[in-house]
Amino acid sequence: MNYEAVIGLEIHCELKTKTKIFCGCATGFGADQNTHVCPVCLGLPGVLPTINKRVVEFAIKAGLATNCEINKYSKFDRKNYYYPDLPKNWQTSQYDLPICEHGWVDIDTSEGKKRVRLTRIHMEEDAGKLVHSGTTIKDSISSDVDYNRTGVPLLEIVSEPDMHTAEEARVYMEKIKAIMEYIDVSNCRMEEGNLRADVNVSIRPEGSDQLGTRTEMKNINSFKSLEDAINYEIERQTEVLEDGGHVVQETRTFDPARGITLSMRSKENAHDYRYMPEPDLPPIITSDETIEKYRSELPELPDARRARYEKDYGLSDYDAGIITSTRAMAEYYDAVVATGADPKLAANWIMGDLSKNLNEEAIDITKSPVDAKRLGDMILLIMKDTISGKIAKKVFKEMWTNPEAPEKIVKDKGLVQITDTSAIEPAVDAAIAANPKAVEEYKGGKKKALGALVGQVMKATKGKANPQMVNKMLVEKLK
Amino acid sequence: MSLFEKPAHVLHDMLQKKEISSVELTKDVLARIDAVEPQVGAYLTLTRDAALAQAEAADKKIAAGEDVAFLEGIPGAIKDNICTKGVKTTCASKILDNFVPPYDATVMTKVKAESPVLLGKTNLDEFAMGGSTENSAYHVTHNPWNTKCVPGGSSGGSAAAVASGTAIWALGTDTGGSIRQPASFCGVVGLKPTYGRVSRYGIVAYASSLDQVGPLARDVTDAANVLNVISGLDEMDSTSSPSPVPDFTKALREDVKGLKIGLPKEYFTDGMDPEVEKAVKDAIEQYRSMGAEIVEISLPHTKYAISTYYLIAPAEAATNLQRYDGVSYGARVDGADLVEMMTNTRTEKFGEEVKRRIMIGNYALSAGYYDAYYLKALKVRTLIQQDYTEAFQKVDVIMCPTAPTPAYEIGSMISDPLQMYLQDICTVPLNLAGLPGISLPCGRSSKGMPIGLQIIGKALDEETILRAAYTYEQSQNYHNEMAKLGGEQA
Amino acid sequence: MKVTKKDLENVAVLSRLRVPEDKQETYIQQMDAILTYMDNLSEVDTENVKPTTYALPMSNVFREDEVKPSLDREAALSNAPLKENGYFKVPKVLED
Repeated sequence: MNYEAVIGLEIHCELKTKTKIFCGCATGFGADQNTHVCPVCLGLPGVLPTINKRVVEFAIKAGLATNCEINKYSKFDRKNYYYPDLPKNWQTSQYDLPICEHGWVDIDTSEGKKRVRLTRIHMEEDAGKLVHSGTTIKDSISSDVDYNRTGVPLLEIVSEPDMHTAEEARVYMEKIKAIMEYIDVSNCRMEEGNLRADVNVSIRPEGSDQLGTRTEMKNINSFKSLEDAINYEIERQTEVLEDGGHVVQETRTFDPARGITLSMRSKENAHDYRYMPEPDLPPIITSDETIEKYRSELPELPDARRARYEKDYGLSDYDAGIITSTRAMAEYYDAVVATGADPKLAANWIMGDLSKNLNEEAIDITKSPVDAKRLGDMILLIMKDTISGKIAKKVFKEMWTNPEAPEKIVKDKGLVQITDTSAIEPAVDAAIAANPKAVEEYKGGKKKALGALVGQVMKATKGKANPQMVNKMLVEKLK
Repeated sequence: MSLFEKPAHVLHDMLQKKEISSVELTKDVLARIDAVEPQVGAYLTLTRDAALAQAEAADKKIAAGEDVAFLEGIPGAIKDNICTKGVKTTCASKILDNFVPPYDATVMTKVKAESPVLLGKTNLDEFAMGGSTENSAYHVTHNPWNTKCVPGGSSGGSAAAVASGTAIWALGTDTGGSIRQPASFCGVVGLKPTYGRVSRYGIVAYASSLDQVGPLARDVTDAANVLNVISGLDEMDSTSSPSPVPDFTKALREDVKGLKIGLPKEYFTDGMDPEVEKAVKDAIEQYRSMGAEIVEISLPHTKYAISTYYLIAPAEAATNLQRYDGVSYGARVDGADLVEMMTNTRTEKFGEEVKRRIMIGNYALSAGYYDAYYLKALKVRTLIQQDYTEAFQKVDVIMCPTAPTPAYEIGSMISDPLQMYLQDICTVPLNLAGLPGISLPCGRSSKGMPIGLQIIGKALDEETILRAAYTYEQSQNYHNEMAKLGGEQA
Repeated sequence: MKVTKKDLENVAVLSRLRVPEDKQETYIQQMDAILTYMDNLSEVDTENVKPTTYALPMSNVFREDEVKPSLDREAALSNAPLKENGYFKVPKVLED
């Protein structure tokens, strides 16, 4: 039997506020243990939370950017469970009245465009960190607790189970990451845990509209792990069903090193969260004016930018999709185009040589050794016929380690294209003289033979001759 | 009359006129503590040395001719569920046996700005859960009027200290009557402000939507003055009210002409001690004779107040007290693993009543019971609030007894928790509605025990209840009488 | 009896409390009496009544996103039952 997977994601996104969600402690990453703590986030007896206004703003903006409805009346709730990284033994979260609901995002997959619905986005506090004395939690005789991360603001972005492959889930998460970066609410550094996902996977016979029993993998913090965990789980569940077994509803951990998921034993009633409204925090009532104010502050979002690139610059849908896939790349692109560089050439260079070099050296585009201005200037040299496209590759390579302006590099390295016919003519004549066979064939009607002659001229001029000019001169002379 | 017997406003005038020094006054109160504290047991922690140092500092300031704040140099006591930086705050629980807060509650910051003399921390029912102070994990506090009787609770230590002269003024907290009922039992004035009037930041939470801080005092004038000190919006408490705070002493006028007093018939029914009923009705007659208008009113959902309160308060308490787990502060009882450590700590260090309320609260919140108990209680709370809203369209204040009986004997009730809960019928509805209430003495039982009159006001209208209370107080002499202890002569 | 032994056990786990065998009966009886009394709420028609969570009607109480000083680590750890190298220390954690 063929099975179809049904996948839903709960993405946790740490917000880039200066302070924690319910107290004035700084949120910075990497501080010494237990130095970003105060009576409030330590949950000392007597303390009360206060809502960071910026968190509400960011949550509403995230909702607007993902086509959600903003709930006019929203409140916080206590989600009760005991864990030492949670000083109050409850997490202040949102239960039945989250700030945003009923949104959607469009994603591009290898099988085309697809819409993924969002159930909700809610605000909550992050937990602290446990450092285990052993190599794993199981072989540790004790654990150390650091409450610096306790109370760092999180958005939980919950999707409907609208995805069916690991690729769709990855692309969806990439899209959410891009949107959060665009609206500048999160650093989205996955290696720092800014963005992590709990993923639900179930399978069902193809064509069925009933949901199978799902399993959940928590705290997936890379796109690769996300795909690996889903693919492993689909395979595992398929085997279970094919062997006549039943999938058990449970939480499983994903081991990225081994690429497998493992069952975690669950205690009975350990997950009766006994949600109750947080009496210490008055509700949040959001007016239309506030919503419109936040909407007006949103930057151009990836989908709109993509459409604009297609319309204004004539980029293909595919190219525009790649350029707008991160805010940083789109901004780089805009800066290149702003120099006067041809938009299509700019797109090709960014997706080609630039991306290749950045990937090879794992450099973020914002830290590219070739900044947008220099790339734009180099493209202008191509457009002015100062250098050929082929030479430009050499120039670009040089620019990667040489901080000089492209024009100076071209001059210093003697890479200026030869456009003076009198300078090219001797080489053209020499090529005709040295290749009688090619000349013969060309004159006999084999137009392709001209290519060999052009190649000879380019070789003789060390690639500096303008290829169109060489072509034209050869055709003239062989008439 | 010894200094310890005088109210704060009289002592304040004497200090201002330099008739006495704060050190003199403080030593007098400390001597009183030495004399009667062994019989009363109002305190959990005494800070004698710090108190004397504060008295000396206050005297220096006064000698330098600086303005004298109301509480300046005047010895007071703080209920031990109010966080005091550097001074142990136990909530009368073994689970916080050695807890020293690294911060001050907002009320402490406000109080300390007045340069008072702080004598120590007073006894209470563990985590403010109880009405007799018998649920303290440390010791029982005795009623100064009859040491065989309870002082009431949960602010029993604060009430007993003020009543026995071991403190001139005190702060208490009130979740379901915990200021007013012990004030009634000990014959002092106790005021629960409107929810939000006083910051809760630093008050160890019992039931967050019901808790309020307020004064226990010798008379209405002192209560108004202390309320002036502690009131006001606090950015650390999102539920504190942004409403402007009036000068409450301006309300201290003898004037009830035309005041409309509501008498809720539901508060004068079964279980009411006849002596209490008579004392309260006599007080109402006194008001009538002073020109007030008496209107019978109905608060029809009163009979559901106990159920509502004893679901909401334990539910909030169950989550609020989840933090006491032996992890980062408080007591820890070791165990093989984390869950065992947490369970051992909570099982051994919480008292019986606290455990009972946590379990009732978790029962009411747990899957399958939430709608029938917790959510139902939240809805009935709305109806109880509406009762008051409707009543206050007809009247200015509502009067009733503070407690259905005078103070009872220690040990007589403790084995029957439900019976104990039912005693709170006159006080819990206000907390559910968030309204202010004051208790002041209005009589004595045949056994000589104080009886309290409760005056309930509209939200944020403490002024009217203070005016009504002051007017009655000035027509009587109860505020000039102190309990006699240890064979003292009347 | 409304409250069963199983209810008590469930609620004890949720409360991280242990009820010794010899006290179970007392606990069950007291809880049962209290909860039975509370059933009087079922007389009240709350069909169209909204729940009240907050004593006073307030909303939108926010704090600006401005850093305030944190506690010294010393003070943060001052009440810790067990600490080491600036951490709070807890016994073996078994996942649940």
